[in-house]
Amino acid sequence: MAGLGVARAVGFVAPALLLVGVFLVFPALWTLYIGVTDYQLTGPAAAAPSAVGLDNFAAVLDDALFTNSLWLTALFVLGSAVVGQNALGFALAWLLRRVRPWLRRTTEGLVLLAWILPGPVVAYLWFAVLSRDGGTLGLLLDDPTTAWLVQYPMVSLVVFNVWRGTAFSMLLYTSALAAVPPSQLETARLVGANGWQAVRDVVFPHIRGHVLTNTLLISLWTANDFTPFLLTAGGPNHESEVLPVLIYRQALEGGRLGYASAMSSLLLVGNLVVALVYLRLLRRRA
Amino acid sequence: MAGVEIGGLSTVYPNGVRAVDGLDLGVVDGELFALLGPSGCGKTTLLRTIAGLEQATDGKVLIGGRDVTREQPGSRGVAMVFQDYALFPHMTVAENIAYPLRVRRAPKARQREVAERTAAGLSLSGLLDRRPGQLSGGQQQRTALARAVAVEADVLLLDEPLSNLDARLRLEARTFLKRLQRELALTTVFVTHDQAEALALADRIAVMESGRIRQLGTPREVFQRPADTFVANFIGSTPMNLLDGVVRGDGVECVGALLPLPADLADGTPVVVGVRPEYLTVAAEGIAGRVSIVENLGVTSLVTLECAGGTLVGLTVPEQEEPAVGDALHACPAPGRLLCYGEDGLLLGAV
Repeated sequence: MAGLGVARAVGFVAPALLLVGVFLVFPALWTLYIGVTDYQLTGPAAAAPSAVGLDNFAAVLDDALFTNSLWLTALFVLGSAVVGQNALGFALAWLLRRVRPWLRRTTEGLVLLAWILPGPVVAYLWFAVLSRDGGTLGLLLDDPTTAWLVQYPMVSLVVFNVWRGTAFSMLLYTSALAAVPPSQLETARLVGANGWQAVRDVVFPHIRGHVLTNTLLISLWTANDFTPFLLTAGGPNHESEVLPVLIYRQALEGGRLGYASAMSSLLLVGNLVVALVYLRLLRRRA
Repeated sequence: MAGVEIGGLSTVYPNGVRAVDGLDLGVVDGELFALLGPSGCGKTTLLRTIAGLEQATDGKVLIGGRDVTREQPGSRGVAMVFQDYALFPHMTVAENIAYPLRVRRAPKARQREVAERTAAGLSLSGLLDRRPGQLSGGQQQRTALARAVAVEADVLLLDEPLSNLDARLRLEARTFLKRLQRELALTTVFVTHDQAEALALADRIAVMESGRIRQLGTPREVFQRPADTFVANFIGSTPMNLLDGVVRGDGVECVGALLPLPADLADGTPVVVGVRPEYLTVAAEGIAGRVSIVENLGVTSLVTLECAGGTLVGLTVPEQEEPAVGDALHACPAPGRLLCYGEDGLLLGAV
């Protein structure tokens, strides 16, 4: 038999499998498990949790805070990912095709920079921009009274996430657009198609698969993004408490680990449903 | 219907390449016109500048007497077929053909009607509901042609229309294309690097090199009297013999033979003698040489003679008269087919 043989092959992948097991598979399974217990961060239930069946799930679905978070998360995903990053990323990729190379490289570099900087750094920068006391935006607008993060927390988060995440869509669409045959676009121009008609009739059918893949990825990343906590911590009064923030606060501030794990499981189910819908759409194309 | 007038046209790319260089050209209404040249000669850029896909740096493009130099491609009244046909893979043949009408928001029924009528004229009737991926190369080409002629454009532009077809299909498509153009009487400009294609299809040919026209004429003129040695070299399926010679009295001394002189030139002037292998025949006198290679071309054979000083001269002979390798023979140019070029490469005359 060619190759290493099964035993030696397993030997080589074992360290990686071990790390994946300890840091990914075990916590995931553990979350599912404690979701059906009354596990707490402190107190008697921390020492000896007992199984409570689906009580946590029933309580979560009945919880007004959870419903509020679900709605905010949907808004966050729709506004900043499905519409914001998608549209801006495509627009940048489309417009940058024809500009001078130095302008394209500079713009791409800046957009990429927003993407590769660590979350806490970026969050701090935006905090400095949006803060009421001496915030850059307030100074620029000569408006020292608006506390953007407090008065418009969701709008701030959406703008922040569009700014931060557009690079991925831009890169993906740039390479997708490179695969559209120029002669087809030129044919559209020759018969008098305007920009929108060319995108609808020529570009979109070619990049349909890319649009779906991109939307799926950025939707899931946005739904699971924890950076909003660094900007608004869910406040004021739960107004920007997207699901990852709510789960964190329930688990570590409220100490209700079992309850928060049930929420996590529901978020996971939500992600799976969204992914299945996208995959169905992708398959229908083929 | 309209002709195309081009005056002083230059197209310079941002990197400084002058793809089209101060070019003048007139294409007559209803003419089938070829832009012929080696790759990089600017023929495709010229075609794209007529279409408006490249912006002219200088000069004018007139279509049907209207200055369209600054017009958008969509409002110039031109239709174009690309080398790769540029069919939309997600649309059926009918949708592809009717796409120009869809852009103009024509009613669906009219789109279908035009698609059916155009398809019938191009033998595509049974294929209307297929996708381009399900068509043969020839059918794809006809679909692209159908899309271009479905709306009545003034001028049809074809970029290397036959180069994506295999050799046998190419001959069929060539005949088809010529017949279609005659039927529609549509002013057509096509680009090709294949001299045989240009000779066979075109009413007139512009031979291009380095963004300029080297010669403009009918296929016969371009074939029989190439204006310079570049054109002489480029046209013809077997390369023309271009031999160095010197004027001696009232003749040209060339590879050991004294050939007639077409123009009045001073004794001792160096010239280049050009004669096509097809216009050389085996005779009692003329250029003497020994047969070194015989290549079978079907009806004729191409014989390469090794002459004085190692110069190679090609001539074609009929299939029955093939000489053996090593035979000594003389090659004599047919009357009127001996061309004489000056040192600058320009034609001095023919005899």
